[in-house]
Amino acid sequence: MAFVTKMKIKKGGDGHDVLCLVKHPMETGLRKDKKTGKVIPAHFIEVMAFQLNGTTVAEALLGQGVSMNPLIGINVIGAKSGDKITVSWNDNMGETGAAEATVK
Amino acid sequence: MNRRIFLKGTALCATGFGLLKSVVAMALEWPKTLFELEDEAEAVKTLFGDTPISESADVAIKAPLQAENGAVVPIKVHTTLADAESISIMVEKNPSPFITTVNLRPGSSGGMYSARIKMGQTSNVTAYVKAGGKVHTASQEIKVTVGGCGG
Repeated sequence: MAFVTKMKIKKGGDGHDVLCLVKHPMETGLRKDKKTGKVIPAHFIEVMAFQLNGTTVAEALLGQGVSMNPLIGINVIGAKSGDKITVSWNDNMGETGAAEATVK
Repeated sequence: MNRRIFLKGTALCATGFGLLKSVVAMALEWPKTLFELEDEAEAVKTLFGDTPISESADVAIKAPLQAENGAVVPIKVHTTLADAESISIMVEKNPSPFITTVNLRPGSSGGMYSARIKMGQTSNVTAYVKAGGKVHTASQEIKVTVGGCGG
């Protein structure tokens, strides 16, 4: 299953605000299927890493408490026009995703 | 949280984007026990150890006073502390209070973290910012009219 990963960069704070959106169910493992009564297995993003030109600038640890389709934002300092910012994530079921954007 | 594992992960991450996907999964260990703790005080202790914790005006939470839907509560944490190493968010009354944390690199990432979180009921939300050997906090009560943890 592929999950759509999107990234947006805009000026903010001392540098650039980087927002990452992943279409992901973020199941807690506590919810039950209303029809069958079975517990829906936990499925959530664990680690999300942001890189500027290949160097990690921030790593976010996520869990069941983060909403469905998480929107995670951080601030990157020192990015210049043309620099590449990448984000990559992996979840507890071994799924991964990534996105890349260029600073305007 | 094990700092050594983190540093190891960082070094490995630098090996390039193509490799990154698999490397992140293996090298950065997700702190399972921390996410499973049911008490905020315990989670804070696990995360920060004996580091002194104090409320600070340098940390600000931007969040709604009242959330109509507990399944999606936007939280934004700002800090003016230049050497912030990590920003963590905890919700006192959630089944597992530890929600998320971000590890920053002072100098290359600024003091901002935003996320949308789930809240089961009205509770205090606290942001913990680790900077300069201290932990700075700010908290805010968010009223929830419909919970987001049971479905």
